[in-house]
Amino acid sequence: MTATVAPPQVRARPVPVMHGYRFELVKLLSQWRIRVLLGACWIAPALFVAAVSLQSSLPADTVFGRLMHTTGWAGSLVVLGFSGTWALPLLTALVAGDVFAIEDRLGTWRHLLVAMRSPSRIFAAKGLASLTVLLLLVVGLAASSVAGGLAVVGNRPLVGLDGHILAPTDAAATALLAWACVLAPTLAFAAVGLLGSVALGRSPMGLLMPALLAFTLQLAQMLPLPVAVRLALPSHAFLAWRGLFTSPAQTGPLLIGLAVSLAWAVTATALAYRLFLRRDFTDVTYDGSGRRVLVAGVAPLVGLVVLTVVVVGGTTPARGSGIERAKLQDSLATAFAHLYRLQARELRRPDVTEAQLRASASCDKGGSRVVDEGPGNDWRCVVSWHLPGVDAVGTAIYQLDVTADGRYVADGDGPKEVNGYFQVRTPTGDAPNPLWQFDGNVDLLVSSRKG
Amino acid sequence: MNRTNAVRARGVRKSFGEVVALDGVDLDVESGQVHGLVGPNGAGKTTLLGLLLGLAVADSGRLEILGTPVGRVLAVPDGVAGFVDGPGLYPSLTARQNLSALALLREQNAVGTGGVDEALEQVGLTDVADDRVRGFSLGMRQRLGLAAALLTKPRLLVLDEPANGLDPAGKHHVHRVITELAADGTAVVLSSHHMDELAVLCSEVTILATGRVVFTGPVRKLAAESGELDYRLLTSDPAAARGVASETPGLRVLSDRGSGERLDADVLVVRGPVPALDELVVRLVRAGVAVRELGPVVAPLEAAFLALTGTDTVPGQNMEVLT
Repeated sequence: MTATVAPPQVRARPVPVMHGYRFELVKLLSQWRIRVLLGACWIAPALFVAAVSLQSSLPADTVFGRLMHTTGWAGSLVVLGFSGTWALPLLTALVAGDVFAIEDRLGTWRHLLVAMRSPSRIFAAKGLASLTVLLLLVVGLAASSVAGGLAVVGNRPLVGLDGHILAPTDAAATALLAWACVLAPTLAFAAVGLLGSVALGRSPMGLLMPALLAFTLQLAQMLPLPVAVRLALPSHAFLAWRGLFTSPAQTGPLLIGLAVSLAWAVTATALAYRLFLRRDFTDVTYDGSGRRVLVAGVAPLVGLVVLTVVVVGGTTPARGSGIERAKLQDSLATAFAHLYRLQARELRRPDVTEAQLRASASCDKGGSRVVDEGPGNDWRCVVSWHLPGVDAVGTAIYQLDVTADGRYVADGDGPKEVNGYFQVRTPTGDAPNPLWQFDGNVDLLVSSRKG
Repeated sequence: MNRTNAVRARGVRKSFGEVVALDGVDLDVESGQVHGLVGPNGAGKTTLLGLLLGLAVADSGRLEILGTPVGRVLAVPDGVAGFVDGPGLYPSLTARQNLSALALLREQNAVGTGGVDEALEQVGLTDVADDRVRGFSLGMRQRLGLAAALLTKPRLLVLDEPANGLDPAGKHHVHRVITELAADGTAVVLSSHHMDELAVLCSEVTILATGRVVFTGPVRKLAAESGELDYRLLTSDPAAARGVASETPGLRVLSDRGSGERLDADVLVVRGPVPALDELVVRLVRAGVAVRELGPVVAPLEAAFLALTGTDTVPGQNMEVLT
């Protein structure tokens, strides 16, 4: 006679997250697309920086672009600027935006769930693995661009965005800090990628979500938005690192940008996690839950933007566009004073301090009929300065093209001895004229002083 | 002799919205048993296999796997392996890498490369171990999926259509692996649409129809459920054979008009119990008619399946009785 007895109980033991993380890394790194990205991020920036630094024409429309002949650190910052605009959102789309969707395309969810036995651990493993790959890509971009610049141009001082000189070690530290700062918005976009990947399944729309978000935010950044809105966007930290290159550093917008980015990262990850755990893994035809999921995913993020705008608007002195006449005048005068000293050194003239120069600027936007506020390329400024022992006041004219994010390009408009030519004749030969054209950055957050 | 229950389900119910996938299913699978799960499309086989693999949780009822009650979370105990709706494989990895990654995932470092190689050898994929899965045929993927399941040394193996896409040699290979596993005490639950495969492999089968169990028990008992079968009769003289058959007690000659199956003009279809068939053969021989072929139109298991599930497509069922 055969009797059936119950076997000894066996515990359900989920796989540790680290094992899942390793498994996900193996899968990610076996994809040719990820390998190509890694190769590109570790090689292409070096080649780009080296090639551009050897050209006579520099990308002057990019922050630090005009300094690529001057120091090896500028190239890395040019790459950083470009990365924040396009490369990093696209990278997050290709890595985090596909990390869940690929299981839908391959039909491997059931296999994975049987193997790992815990959807929450699968989520954690996938999230960590995609972040690791993204980190490798960002580190590659930074290391490669720095290596290219240093190899071709050298480890030289960098002129900051207010004209002050950063010694090579300071330039290195600040450049690396700037790269570290963009990790926060990268995290935010990666989380949006995870959300899209979870919410939309095998649909390519999930993959495109970070790129679409980046494109939308790019358009928004071009608009003359109020500062509170601008700072509340998760892409702001991709620009706010510029504030590190002024003295004192413009830390307000940067810290807000970092906080907003991290809030987006946490919120989008939490939404993705919630949607993922609610998923029915027995349904092989699952392809996202369409509108419902989109609403559940997108609506809270829109709510986050509104909340952030209210918080930033209520807790900071940010008003209007943040670009005001007084701030622009201060910034321009400071930058001019710093750069005047640099020019004096190049021309072997007696050194004067910024305090002795007592530089000031007087700006006007678009004539008397236009309010002196906001972005535009119609700012015209006159800078005045004093030299010790000279009664006459020196003046120079600049046309300013101020963008909505606070960056401006000051284009010298004479006199020719000061800022009229792009080169100056030094005892050792021609050299770039630091006063001819330079970049500046207005702190959008600080309230301007009256007068 | 004491045998342990690898699976014990009582009144398991699972719905997806308005659709009831499983409606009070009972199932017992002993260790060392190969248990077949069959049913028409939409019968609930995949849902039941999914429950056994921890891919879904039952709405109600009681399910014990390897002696452990399965709760309300997506997890089943150690010792359960298998696949539903095809094996999950990563095309950018080689066969060996797929298994190695899985072994690392399941903390099977002790098994190491030896375990991977052994699993590959078991399913006959050693020669293509370092080829990317991208280029594998469906049959090769099935075998690799089985190898992945074997890596974990399962005590309960759940397989959905394991012989799908396999050539005869591959099928034989897989059958042998499953038989050996069962001999070592592993309980195997497999679904298949091929009744002949189930007849070869399984000691017991469960038939599902619209989420309910319509039969569960030994295969031989299922065959008995088929009742009277239709037989194809091919002889040297069809006209004479028809005459003999029509005069044989207990036997009916069927016309193939209305049948879904196209039959040769020389083939006679008769219906009756086995003793009547024996009598027919004797009479044909006495009449000098050579019997070239005599076999069921539909295999007994398949006939039983069709009868139990109420599937109205039995060849011969629509045939007109002539005598």
